[in-house]
This record gives sequence, structure tokens and C-alpha cells, in this order.
Amino acid sequence: MAEYPKLVLPDIPNLRNIDTYLANGGYGEAMRKVYSMAPAAVTDEVKKSGLRGRGGAAFPTGLKWSFMPKGKEKKKYFLINGDESEPGSFKDRQIFEFNPHQMIEGILIGCYAMQIDQAYIYIRGEYAHWVKMVERAVAEAYAKGFIGERMKDNFKPSGEGVGYSVDITVHKGAGAYIVGEETAMMDSLEGKRGYPRFKPPFPANHGLWGQPTTINNIETMANVPVIMKMGGEAYSKIGDPKQPGTILFGVSGHVNKPGVYELPTGTPLLDIINNHAGGVPNGKKIKMVIPGGSSMPPLRGDKLEGVLMDAEHLKEVGSAIGTAGIMVMDEDTDIIHVLTRISKFYWHESCGQCTPCREGTGWLLKLLRRFEASNARPEDIDLLYDVAKNIEGRTICALGEAAAWPVYFTIERFREDFEKRVKPGLELHSPERVHGLRKGGLEPVQVRIPVVVRV
Amino acid sequence: MAIFSNAELQEISELQKRYPEPAATLLPVLWRLQEKRGWIDDEAMEAAAAVCQVPKSHVQGVVSFYTMFFDKPMGRYHVQVCTNVSCMLRGGEELLATMKNKLGIQNLEHTPDGLFSIEEVECMGACGGAPMMAVNETFFEKISKEEANDVIDHVLAKDEIPKPKFVAQMPELTEAANR
Ligand SMILES: Cc1cc2nc3c(=O)[nH]c(=O)nc-3n(C[C@H](O)[C@H](O)[C@H](O)COP(=O)(O)O)c2cc1C
Ligand code: SF4
Ligand code: FES
Repeated sequence: MAEYPKLVLPDIPNLRNIDTYLANGGYGEAMRKVYSMAPAAVTDEVKKSGLRGRGGAAFPTGLKWSFMPKGKEKKKYFLINGDESEPGSFKDRQIFEFNPHQMIEGILIGCYAMQIDQAYIYIRGEYAHWVKMVERAVAEAYAKGFIGERMKDNFKPSGEGVGYSVDITVHKGAGAYIVGEETAMMDSLEGKRGYPRFKPPFPANHGLWGQPTTINNIETMANVPVIMKMGGEAYSKIGDPKQPGTILFGVSGHVNKPGVYELPTGTPLLDIINNHAGGVPNGKKIKMVIPGGSSMPPLRGDKLEGVLMDAEHLKEVGSAIGTAGIMVMDEDTDIIHVLTRISKFYWHESCGQCTPCREGTGWLLKLLRRFEASNARPEDIDLLYDVAKNIEGRTICALGEAAAWPVYFTIERFREDFEKRVKPGLELHSPERVHGLRKGGLEPVQVRIPVVVRV
Repeated sequence: MAIFSNAELQEISELQKRYPEPAATLLPVLWRLQEKRGWIDDEAMEAAAAVCQVPKSHVQGVVSFYTMFFDKPMGRYHVQVCTNVSCMLRGGEELLATMKNKLGIQNLEHTPDGLFSIEEVECMGACGGAPMMAVNETFFEKISKEEANDVIDHVLAKDEIPKPKFVAQMPELTEAANR
């Protein structure tokens, strides 16, 4: 296997300890460089690197930073998203455990670029153990004067940075997937129920406590010091040019070596599954792969050849990079059961503010349970599709899409599996009837010629 | 209603300096209360409302929103089994059934002696170590049904959570064993 650069999780024993981190150049070159630059130039460097967020939406990080109002007159906040609750995702946890200081350094750099003096790291409550690890790392960095008042003596920023210091607070969540959504996280941090907010206003204008706020993912932050060290241009040449860098791919499900693998963007999916994660147990074929956490459109096992793992290439094959949590399912998997479980999750996690999401997720689950019990009516396939399509785009936050995508893409790509679960003896629909069911404005689905299926 | 000692109140007021509003410390305050009392009862809600300067109804709303806050007594050892996709594919559902059977209780119930409770949970971020179960804050990954039974037996015998065997989520980072 070829050697890849490991930027976020290098193979250095005990790197979580601040002394080891310092011995390996931490809080050093990158920070000195940053503090000798004007804040806007730091943002430009991140822009040049092409770094895109690792939290799910792959939004360009430098661009996001540039939306923040300049200067220090206004109180501004930096919120770091460590909620990591999307099923199939377990990569931010590795950063907490193995390289927390690089994430902290990234936060400090982001704070300087946007002239923010207050940052919060929000970590899901289930990660209690890892919350303690991050708290320890933050305390170590305070003790050495890399965070807090003593930054003023340790680093001597020129010009706009004079007398500059940052406070970082670790905040522990209490169990709610929806809090991973950026505006819900703001409500939660303010001590409320985590309800997503309407946008606009966008967080860069009106975020935490009504002040300008930027929110980034943990892994995104851990990439920033690397960029400042090697320069934006060098970073932009790693991996796929449209989404440069490395990604922590979390591989789970039916593979011999599940785990997190740091690889350049654009690595072939089959290379990750077969070579890095050790292939499928017992040499079985793959039936389905979800490439980016459970809300991303699933791919057919027979269509994985040539699929490259980065935002743009996955879009081309009708999926998305999401959190890069790759879930592999072998040929014996009951994907109706899998999909039912996924729908149960989104139904459970819907915050209930929007009717299409609150009611629709329940409907999806109810219909899927009919298929699970091989008790569906022929028209239920299209009804299910219809319900999913009617959630998409009609909600406050993207949990609506997260619930809808897996369902209707699975119908499009694995229709035969649904047909097999129609109640035995019932005739499958004719194409005309299917179209009669569908309301205007929907994309056409592939309708199969009617056959009688007996299970 | 002296739920918090003076030292604790001092700690909370230090924490409140890190946020522009005291209300923002509601989650940390509720965590402290749950650690002290096992669950968030009426008195605890009143205490949280007082220190965070919010109405009690607000606290009730927050407690009911977050799944990790208990609004009824739970076992001292809260067993959580993930049945989401990655775990399901590797036996999470069978593991849950085994644990329910072993403890003789159903989801979100506790044993009569108050020692154990069980919860079917959503993805815990341990998908690479599936199937997984957690007892309070301790994760047990790549755990077999027999090993899970042993964990319960260990708690019963020693009244403590056993140390989990180490599971590398990063196969290449071998040093992690020292955690
Ligand atoms: C329902 C929902 C859940 C989300 N959960 C997470 C999460 O757990 N962690 C995360 O980093 N981003 C999550 N996001 C994405 C965030 O809203 C946000 O886009 C991201 O944290 C921005 O960081 P980035 O630009 O660095 O990717 C979620 C979004 C939605 C709609
Ligand atoms: S889409 Fe669902 S989760 Fe998002 S705000 Fe609406 S009801 Fe809540
Ligand atoms: S699916 Fe069980 S821990 Fe992620």
C-alpha cells in the first residue's frame, strides 16, 4: 500500500500530551506565522488551501470565515461542533483522543483570523470520557499560556493582534442528535432546548446570543494548523483539487478491519473497503454502501467501481461525502430492515418544529414497518416515495433531507427489494396506477413492468 | 433546599463567568445535579432554575428534551446498547436482547434494587467497534454476548465497572492502549 501523508492523525505515540505535541512543532511555527500576519491574510491562506468543512456540508471554510464582520468592536463567538451523532460517524472522537491540541491550535488560528476572543467546543454528552480528555488538553494549553490572558506574553502579534487573547470553554451536551445542526447547537449552548432556527438571519450576523458567530467541525479545525504550516497552496495539491486534504474515513459494518483511516480525498471507495479496511468477511459481495453517514444516499454494491471519495465525485454518482462514515453491507443484508432502522432514528431525533418532518418521519417509519413485515400494499412503494419527497425542501433544517434521502434513494436504487416485501399474493401495480398516485412536480421514478411476486 | 454546597455554588459562579448569561450553564448545572442525585427530580429542577436564573418551566422543558437527563430514577449502572445500523449489522439487536434477558427488565426500566437500568440507544460514535454497549460513561466495544454477561456479573460481584478491553478504532495508532 502506498504511503499517505497523515496530517490530522499522524503516527506519533502519545501526541495528546502537550509536551509531545510541542516536541513535534505544535503551537510553534504555525502560530508564529499566523501572529505575524494580518487577520484577513490568515483567512485568505485558508481560502487558498481549498479546505472544505468536514461536518457534513463540505462548505469552504475560508469563505465561511470571510462572512464574519471585521474588527473587534462587536462581540463575536466561535463555536466548534463536536456533536458527532450521525450514525456511522466516529472520527471526531479520534481527534479528541489522539490529537486534541492540533484542534485547539486550529481554533486559536480561526479566532485570530476572525478576531474572536471567545470559543466554545460543544461535545456530545455520550462522549463523557472524551470530554474529559479535551478538558485536560485545554487545561494544559492554559497552563502553558497558549490560551487565555498569558497569550499576550507568549505570542507577540503585530499590528491588529496586539494584546490579543482567547478563552476556550468545553461544553458538554446531553443527548440530542439535532443539536449537531448549527443553529440548534447555538440554542443548546444558550441553555435551551436545541431547536434549529430559521435562516436568515445567518449565524455570521446573528448567532450565539444574537452576536456574529462562526461554527466549524472538529476535523475542520484540526486541518487548519497544517495549512498554516505548509501554506495554503501546498495543501491545495493534496488529494482531489476540488476538496483538497485528507479525510478521516470511518469504515464500519461488514468489513474485516473496521476503523478510522486517514486518506487523501479522492481515494477510491473500493480501495478503502478492500485494502485499508480488509475487505468484506468471507469474501461476500457488497450489496449496499452508505458513503457518508446514514443520511447520505446509499450506493449499490454493483456500482462501486470507480467511485472516488470526495464531495464532487460523490455528487456525480448521486450521493455525498457527508461525514465520510462509510457503512458497508454485504449481499445477505436485509436493507429494508436497515432502512427501517435509519428512519426510526430520524423520527426519534426530529425536534418536531416542522410538520413535514415531524409527521413525515413517522409516516416513513410506519410504511417501512409494513415492508419489514412483508405486509405492504403494492401502492405503498410509491406512497413511501411520495412521503419522502414531500419532506425534502419543506423544513427549517436539513434533518428533513436527512430523513428523506435514504428512503427515496433506496427506492430508486433497490426497488426490487421493496417489491419482494409486498404482501404475498397481491399484484404489483401497473405503471399507470403508479403515475395516478403521484402529484405534480415530482421527478419521474423508474417504474418497473408489473410482475407478480410471491415470497 | 441546600442542594448545592457553598463550594459548588462558587464553582458554578466561576463557570458562569465564561458565558454572557447564567442560563447558558443550565446543561452543566443539570449534569452536576444528575451526578449527585441519579436523576433530575422536582427539587433539582428548582435548584437549577435558581442558579441559572430561569423559570422552572424552562428547566422542565430542557430536561425533557435531552435524552441523557433522566426525569425518573434509573439504575446506578445504566446499561446502554446501540442498535443503530453499524451495530445492528454486527449483532447489536441480539446484544440488546441478551442484556434485557440477563437483567430481566425492558427498555428504560430499572431493576427493583435500583442497581441496573437499560436503554436502547442511538449511535454512540463507536461504529468501528460495533457491536457496542456502555455502562454509565464506559464504552465496551466489539463485545460479545458472553463478555457482556461477564460485565454485568462483574458489577454484581464487585459493585464497580470493569475496565474495558482495548479496541483500536485507529488500527494504525497502537499507542492508544495506554488510555
Ligand atoms: C441534522 C443535522 C445534524 C448535524 N450534525 C452535525 C454534527 O454532529 N457534527 C458536525 O460537525 N456537523 C453537523 N451538522 C452540520 C452543521 O450544521 C454545520 O454545517 C457544521 O458543523 C459546519 O462545520 P464545517 O463547515 O466545518 O463542516 C449537522 C447538520 C444537520 C442538519
Ligand atoms: S426539519 Fe425536523 S429537525 Fe429540523 S427543525 Fe424541522 S422538525 Fe426540527
Ligand atoms: S451505530 Fe452503534 S455506535 Fe454507531
